[in-house]
Amino acid sequence: MSPIILLFNFVIFPGFLFSAVVGLFLTWVDRKVTARVQMRVGPPWYQPYADFLKLLLKETIIPQGASKVLFFLGPLLGVVSMSIFAVMLFYMNFNPDKTFVGDLIVMIYLLALPPIGVIIGASASKNPLASVGASREMTQYFSYELPFLICVAIVIVKSGGSIRFGEIVLAQQNTAPFLYSISGVIAAIVFLLSAQAKLGYVPFDAPEAEQEIMAGPYIEFSGVALAMYKLSRAMMLFLLPLFIISLLWGGFTSWWAILKFLLLIVLIVLIKNTNPRLRIDQTLKFMWLGLGGLSIIGLILAFYKL
Amino acid sequence: MANAKLWGLKKSPWVFHVAAASCNNCDIEILDLLTPRWDVERFGIVLVGSPRHADALLITGVLNRKSLPRVIDVYEQTPKPCLVIGVGSCTCDNHIFAPSYNVVGPYDKYIPVDVYIPGCPPKPEAIIIGVVKALKRLG
Ligand code: SF4
Repeated sequence: MSPIILLFNFVIFPGFLFSAVVGLFLTWVDRKVTARVQMRVGPPWYQPYADFLKLLLKETIIPQGASKVLFFLGPLLGVVSMSIFAVMLFYMNFNPDKTFVGDLIVMIYLLALPPIGVIIGASASKNPLASVGASREMTQYFSYELPFLICVAIVIVKSGGSIRFGEIVLAQQNTAPFLYSISGVIAAIVFLLSAQAKLGYVPFDAPEAEQEIMAGPYIEFSGVALAMYKLSRAMMLFLLPLFIISLLWGGFTSWWAILKFLLLIVLIVLIKNTNPRLRIDQTLKFMWLGLGGLSIIGLILAFYKL
Repeated sequence: MANAKLWGLKKSPWVFHVAAASCNNCDIEILDLLTPRWDVERFGIVLVGSPRHADALLITGVLNRKSLPRVIDVYEQTPKPCLVIGVGSCTCDNHIFAPSYNVVGPYDKYIPVDVYIPGCPPKPEAIIIGVVKALKRLG
């Protein structure tokens, strides 16, 4: 691949620009559905773009005594890692035979970067509420990562021990998607709930609980830095369902994938709107004992090809 | 560029609610704005938790010696450009508290206020009109 195509892939399609535009649109879908659930009218379709534009052009205040480099590194980390993630995800779905060994692990690491960016930015911003938010974010990260990784292991077992993303997609296209089995359903439930936690949506929004710690990690961020955080969150909302579809539901190369994708988005938004917030210790208990136990059962079932 | 800035600001004014010693009625009316009946999210107005995210400050209550430094602090912490909207008669003319030894208002002695919304408390419709007028003032 020539460097120009690579650059195009990274900056425009399917990397930064494409996933940013689609992701922002999805945040509108989320807000609109939320509004309809609450019997409101909701914002117009261009709302997320107006928000983003406004934040870009506003003053950015760096708090006194904050570390300047880390304060901007935090927001940037999420956006950059999500752009690379988007490129890998699309490339490997459309060229499943051209992947390298261990790319699945690279993608899991890329998914881990946005929460780390939040923690870095919050710790750099020198605000007690942000520190509370960062510590909760860290706890939450450790809590959902365990069941999430066990479920990735389920997928690996079901694909016959492959850690190449392309092979996993191909294995599903040649036989049946992994979802159509008991362990596949378990993995899907756990993936969906950990995606919810990764996005910081209710019931797992303790890190940024608006009513108690005022947006938590983001409290000191304004202007461009805040826009970057919002953007990486929006890109995640676009990419996480696609990731789930390609690991469990046979990739997204066919048109059916759009319906699957919409189903996942609506599920995420409905879970968000019908649940109360969990305390951070409840989150940990739910994730490790509840979902962790469930995913270990799923792993055992996967060994017996169920 | 300036047009884009203005458009963004007008289409998504995020408000921060500064409760500077109000009697709480004005605050309740402000929260009414978010209910399905008035639903200001139609206009992109969102209530945010930190002054750093805010484009408009909704101030309620009578300015007194204790709240003055806090209000000035919050104003200075807000990224510019930002609107300041005084909600309730207390913000306009100190209302019934004017004779008190503790009252130092009104607000525009200390910070630039864009619109005042009279009423004790003002109706949600009146607050919406006030915000619209403040946005029109931008250009
Ligand atoms: S204007 Fe009236 S309702 Fe509002 S804070 Fe003052 S006294 Fe209370």
